[in-house]
Amino acid sequence: MDHTPPPFFKRGPAPLVRLFFFATLSLALLVIDARFRYVEGLRGWLALAAYPLQRAALAPFEVGERVAGYFSTQARLVSENERLRAKALEYSQDAQRYQAAQAEASELRRIINAGERLELKAIPAEVLYASRDPYAHKIFIDRGAVQDIRPGSPVADESGVIGQVTRVHPFVSEVTLLTNPDQAVPVQVVRNGLRAIAFGGGASGMLELRFTAANAEVHNGDQLVTSGIDGTYPPGLPVATVVHIERDADHTFARVLCRPAAGVDRGRYVLVVANEPGARPARPEEVQAGKDRREKSRRAKKAAPVDAAKEPETPKESDAAR
Amino acid sequence: MPVRLSTIIASFALALFLNFLPWRDLRLMPDFVALTLCFWCIRQPRLIGLGVGWMLGLLSDAGNGVLLGQHALAYSILAFLSVWLSRRILWFGAGLQALHVLVILLVAQGVALLVRVASGTAFPGWPIFVGPIFGALLWPLVTWLLLLPQRRAQREQAI
Repeated sequence: MDHTPPPFFKRGPAPLVRLFFFATLSLALLVIDARFRYVEGLRGWLALAAYPLQRAALAPFEVGERVAGYFSTQARLVSENERLRAKALEYSQDAQRYQAAQAEASELRRIINAGERLELKAIPAEVLYASRDPYAHKIFIDRGAVQDIRPGSPVADESGVIGQVTRVHPFVSEVTLLTNPDQAVPVQVVRNGLRAIAFGGGASGMLELRFTAANAEVHNGDQLVTSGIDGTYPPGLPVATVVHIERDADHTFARVLCRPAAGVDRGRYVLVVANEPGARPARPEEVQAGKDRREKSRRAKKAAPVDAAKEPETPKESDAAR
Repeated sequence: MPVRLSTIIASFALALFLNFLPWRDLRLMPDFVALTLCFWCIRQPRLIGLGVGWMLGLLSDAGNGVLLGQHALAYSILAFLSVWLSRRILWFGAGLQALHVLVILLVAQGVALLVRVASGTAFPGWPIFVGPIFGALLWPLVTWLLLLPQRRAQREQAI
């Protein structure tokens, strides 16, 4: 723009002024979205506007799959059928044994006066696409508020947990994967019941057990399942396998890396496990009062599971540690 | 020959569609919306500008589930640069135009990256700048494709 137009041509404000305006608007939105979350409604409407295009982007793959399915040969179908039948037989045995075990477990739980475990309701969903931001570690699934998906529900595939629903739009939901560095799952080592928290490892696609004492009894190959003590993830879902442990005398905590059990970045079909808000017992009275403090001490409790027994008496200490 | 508004809208819809396709490695893919926006800002600076860029950015943000405003900021800066340089760029041939576009796309990508890093994400590594290079390489093709409707109309008029 090396010349200014004569004033009788109406052209609106100068480009630089417009840039300043829109940049300020964007920055304000960024801050509001990152700090206060006031703009979820706007985001919902925008997501609804983008939905037809997102659906359309998946159509070619669906059509391709259907065409490929049409042309799949007889022999392949027969062999697949046989394999599936063998698998179904195997599973039916497991299912029978599971029912017996379930009955036995509930009997035992009644004997020791533990609460009944609730049956889990799962909603199947299809993965629509991954976020374009490769470091967001988020996927979108084709079920939303209309299908009764609630934010916070765990998401699993056939072999284990893959993440958690973080935002719910009318027809799609956003799932934050386990590998997101901000995502944490309370876990338990199957072998000895040791509690820990698994954090996402980011681009490496691994999980990391943070705040695990250097002398904690964790071995390579240990299976980790959800512990269920947070009330969000149901207990017993497979999460990861320990693959690498670094114990350094200079550090208080060991560095434990685990590989996710589920195909976190693969697979097209997932299950959204409905977490019933009524399934949890109410919080004790005095803890309700200091909600903020409870949050802190709860996180600290997760952070130092080894000291969990003596933690309630020393909330200040654990706050400082955090 | 004036461009029809439907062409512009259809091209943006197509670009958003291409961006939402489930690509294998998203870092290496060019941002089609940025490329299309850049094209229209250079060709039609009085029709398409910062406002359109900002709205497209918001749509991308919501569709990808990133912080609201990240792409909006990047696209408005991209639109500003394209509008500002539009007369200069149109003087050059396809190759030199692509070089200019490369710089504009890199700046936009850099802004988005800066926002992401400022919001607490780790630096995603250098491959993130490969996408803009592919985008610039696609520039001659995009120019040919998006000018096709106008050229056809011109030919029909000549006949």
